Amino acid sequence: MVERRPLLDWLAHVILLLGVTVVAFPLYVTVVAATQTAEAIVHAPMPLVPGGHLLDNLGTALGGGKGAGSSAPVARMMWVSFVTAMVIAVGKIAISLLSAFAIVYFRFPLRRLFFWAIFVTLMLPVEVRIGPTYQVVADLHLLNSYAGLTVPLIASATATFLFRQFFLTVPDELVEASRIDGASPLRFFKDVLLPLSTTSIAALFVIQFIYGWNQYLWPLLVTTDESMYPVVIGIKRMISGGEAANDWNLVMATALLAMIPPALVVILMQRWFVKGLVDAEK
Amino acid sequence: MAAISIRKLVKRYGHGSKAVQVIHGVDAEVKDGEFVVIVGPSGCGKSTLLRMVAGLEEVSDGEIAIGARVVNDVEPADRDIAMVFQNYALYPHMSVAENMAYGLKLRKMPKAQIAERVQRAAEILELGHLLARKPRELSGGQRQRVAMGRAIVRDPQVFLFDEPLSNLDAKLRVQTRLEIQKLHRELGVTSLFVTHDQVEAMTLAQRIIVMNGGRIEQMGTPEEVYGQPASTFVASFIGSPAMNLLPGRQHGGQFHIDGAALDVPPGVEGELTLGLRPEHAQLAERGWPLRVEMIEMLGAERLVYGKLGAATPFTLRLDATLPSPQAGDWLHLAFNPLHLHRFNTQTGQRL
Repeated sequence: MVERRPLLDWLAHVILLLGVTVVAFPLYVTVVAATQTAEAIVHAPMPLVPGGHLLDNLGTALGGGKGAGSSAPVARMMWVSFVTAMVIAVGKIAISLLSAFAIVYFRFPLRRLFFWAIFVTLMLPVEVRIGPTYQVVADLHLLNSYAGLTVPLIASATATFLFRQFFLTVPDELVEASRIDGASPLRFFKDVLLPLSTTSIAALFVIQFIYGWNQYLWPLLVTTDESMYPVVIGIKRMISGGEAANDWNLVMATALLAMIPPALVVILMQRWFVKGLVDAEK
Repeated sequence: MAAISIRKLVKRYGHGSKAVQVIHGVDAEVKDGEFVVIVGPSGCGKSTLLRMVAGLEEVSDGEIAIGARVVNDVEPADRDIAMVFQNYALYPHMSVAENMAYGLKLRKMPKAQIAERVQRAAEILELGHLLARKPRELSGGQRQRVAMGRAIVRDPQVFLFDEPLSNLDAKLRVQTRLEIQKLHRELGVTSLFVTHDQVEAMTLAQRIIVMNGGRIEQMGTPEEVYGQPASTFVASFIGSPAMNLLPGRQHGGQFHIDGAALDVPPGVEGELTLGLRPEHAQLAERGWPLRVEMIEMLGAERLVYGKLGAATPFTLRLDATLPSPQAGDWLHLAFNPLHLHRFNTQTGQRL
């Protein structure tokens, strides 16, 4: 756009500012609330300037509070969430890399059928199959375990599809050159395809880590033991319904803690992430 | 080093009634240390043939032997060959040195020996200062040399080249052609080189295989293929501009084409096609009458396009030092009867 109209510029900025406020204000409230004492928050109107109790609140939350709802230590929940998100992200990437490799580079009977089977599951979110999946997990006695939290979420049509598309852009001559060089299929996978896929892997890692971290419905079903709550469930459990007073300062401190790891992953891997999504070279 | 023999080689794609045959029983011998170029138009099966020798395509029927060993069912890596691809197929994430060393590493060759071989290949190809670079930091010509380096370090019995020069610009192509020639002289490895460019074929080959439609049209030295083309296809494919082919009828000392009778030495009577290369006709006081239609100045020479008789096109190559004819002029052409080729009009075969 080369048009320059000051009035439009203003309008655009106002809309942008409004948008930013809508997104940022709740975050700000969270931060402020996490710095107050429980009593200060429930006073109306709620204070909008940070108080001085951030570290106290964080410490209490991490160590386990004494509120009306659940008071399990958040440190443990963070650990559960972290392990779950890591296993889901790494597992998804490993499995989809291998299945994309199989679909692109091997001719086996029913290859098309398998491709379409994977592709069609793109249309089925976890929620659709949640009943039967729960039954399977329960029958295998995987409730309240890391396996139960992660394994059903690992298979990923999206990632398989993404890697398939990427592998299709790798020139056939590379495969042939490596065959002449004497590389076995897995050797080719490890020495050539994997290094070429690093940016895609990084991008997927970011997406899948956040996906795993933010899981709510599935952990809600398969965890009943406080020691296996991911932090997202933990926040919900800290809020007791009904009349009892909630320690909102602790709830907000926990929410703040829960936001940190995904934010870190995005910030640290931003460069790779963008490159992986945008990179068309190769 | 080893000879390659190809016996009754057939390639089919698909099965049963839907099978498409692309190579129809090819027989060829490449002698130990020989440089053979397979040339032909796109889709003639030349690349498929090469890829079958490399082991990248399965053999449908017939036999390929490298040295004394039939390699139909041998993995490409175990055939003791090296291949240079058209787009070089360098591993993009490996440095030049790693690219060259990769095959040796997979063969579990000791590190010191690998380093020594890479070093030697780099010297031969003048790649020494580029060893640490990645392929994307190299120019087309340099990538091409790395691809050749990767072939050299393996010290194979046979080099296979799949149109390795077609991605280079014209100047680099000439230079690389000379380098390949020099390399072959120094290393003396049996080489099979596929190209669609007849100039590459003529300049590089000790022997040329001309292919068309999945069959070998002619096999011979560049001189033979140029001087004694076995068919009208070879005659028109080898040599640039292409040989003039005049379909007509021989009767006594006359050759009748549409709208004219040309004087020719007596020979086979009846329907046939005469062939005369543009460079083998000269201007003369009397002879074949040519009406000039168009002229192209190429620097050292002029190409004169015109018609013999009513509608038979003819191209003439004139030295640029001669005065240029004008469009519409009538010229008269003479030629040495030794340079006149005769082909069967129906089959295209040489008479």
